[in-house]
Amino acid sequence: MTWPEVGVVTLRVVLTFVLLLVVTVLNVWAERKVVADMQSRIGPNRAGPFGILQTVADGLKLFFKESVTPRKVELGMYLLAPFLAVIPAFLIFMMVPWGKPFMIGDYEVALQGADLNVGLLFILAMSSMAVYAVVLAGWSSGSKYPLLGGVRATAQAISYEAAMGLAMVAVVMYSARTGDGTGTLSLAEIVERQQGNFGSQFPALQPLLQFVPRWNIFPQVVAFAIFFIAIIAETNRAPFDLVEAEQEIVGGFHTEYSGMRFAMFFLAEYINIFSMSAILVTLFLGGWGGPTFNDTVPGFVSAMLPTVYFLIKTYVVVFVFYWLRATLPRLRYDQLMTLGWKRLIPAALGWLVLSTVVIALVDFGVPWSQ
Amino acid sequence: MGVLKELIKSLRVTGGTMVRTITGKEMVTTEYPKEMREKPQRFHGRHVLNRYPDGMEKCIGCELCAGACPANCIHVRGIDNDPENPTSPGERFGFIYEINMLRCIFCALCVEACPTEAITMTHLFEMSTTNRQDAIYTKETLLMDESGKVPHMFPDDPLADMSELDSADGWLKATAPAGLAAYEGVQMWQGTPGDADWAPEPSQEERDQRSPVEDLDG
Repeated sequence: MTWPEVGVVTLRVVLTFVLLLVVTVLNVWAERKVVADMQSRIGPNRAGPFGILQTVADGLKLFFKESVTPRKVELGMYLLAPFLAVIPAFLIFMMVPWGKPFMIGDYEVALQGADLNVGLLFILAMSSMAVYAVVLAGWSSGSKYPLLGGVRATAQAISYEAAMGLAMVAVVMYSARTGDGTGTLSLAEIVERQQGNFGSQFPALQPLLQFVPRWNIFPQVVAFAIFFIAIIAETNRAPFDLVEAEQEIVGGFHTEYSGMRFAMFFLAEYINIFSMSAILVTLFLGGWGGPTFNDTVPGFVSAMLPTVYFLIKTYVVVFVFYWLRATLPRLRYDQLMTLGWKRLIPAALGWLVLSTVVIALVDFGVPWSQ
Repeated sequence: MGVLKELIKSLRVTGGTMVRTITGKEMVTTEYPKEMREKPQRFHGRHVLNRYPDGMEKCIGCELCAGACPANCIHVRGIDNDPENPTSPGERFGFIYEINMLRCIFCALCVEACPTEAITMTHLFEMSTTNRQDAIYTKETLLMDESGKVPHMFPDDPLADMSELDSADGWLKATAPAGLAAYEGVQMWQGTPGDADWAPEPSQEERDQRSPVEDLDG
């Protein structure tokens, strides 16, 4: 590896990291503002214009607060858990391509932390790591409410992750069909294969379909719905936030945490919301895809536009997260298990079989024709 | 699919509220110190000791207010008037008058008990202090001066709207005996110095015409 290459990689990682931090700080504020609007309230409006610096103020406050360690904790795990929450959260977003690659001199800068060829598997692995953080935090706190939260997290984790994985498989399978026929788990490649429109695929309907972007959501709409429900559960958000249900079990797994250690859990939750929304956009909504107007606008604008599209799409999804939180009451955990095991997993399996059959029929024709 | 229908219905409720809030059609919260809500005419705020228009104190030191007070927060002592230079028109006047605002529950039973309308309530409720001693209001703070101006513990308080102290006997005026036919349209309270002439409360018939909400807002 030459020095310029090291520089490019560093630039990629630092850019992704900074983007994630800035966006997360804004998201905490945005959620409070949106939920306030939905409840006819004003929301934070003191710190900075429109209260936009509220999160910075809260963060500073938490930073200078004492991190209380209760006497009965299992110290090692107790100290490790916040990091287990926050590090996978950062790593997940590193996989997401958030802009079109551009050239600096001879070097291509992909706007993505790292383009692993097993990106999707990596995401599944890391999002499962986040569950460990919750479970370990709950267990090591040595107190009943965190323990209940941790137990709930274990129960919850298995019920939705299977459905989430199956929905991903359907996308990967379809995505192999749209590319050169080989499957891919690299998110950059999955996004690349969603560019263009459906017009080229069905020449008969060309005039109609040329305005429909070739996003995976259209052929894979059921997988989209399942994946969406699963990522809400994955990020422990309302209506699936029974891991930290304030009204029942105080704060759940983070009851015994304070100061910076609590802030890390809090940060991890909001990073996860954003990165999971980003993955949804990447898998189903064409990632950074969109019209770049290469001929009519200056070069740097058309280089920036994909990032703008990516952020707009992601924020639409994030907004739905907030919207659902302001709307829906929390599920009991038996209801969540019922939803996971009896609805989502059968639906995901059925959809997987259905799309397999359709893809096979399209590719190889009906069996009796050969 | 019933679930889906319900989901969309509930999303419409929150979404609609959001649109109405952003467009300013619906907002429950007000930014309090910046915008103050208008208070009802019978609002129970800080007390004031009134004077007659000629400058005499209304309080006669009878201690009925102290007796009526359910929170035991009023301390009154009466003393005989100097015949040459009387403080009140009666035989005695209240020379000690203290209210402990930390105990007061603002029930206005003292106002009802007072035979001379000496103690009434204003619309001011910004009375926070930084120590307990300041919460005990003495006659010095409670009694209006001869021009009818009501003093305040903290004249520089940025939160307090001092003009609310001027509606000193609003409570009494609001409860004018309009219910009795014989007193309809008659002013039944004793004025205070510098007091604008308020119209008596409308008659019962007239009030029945108006909506209850309008009536509450005065």
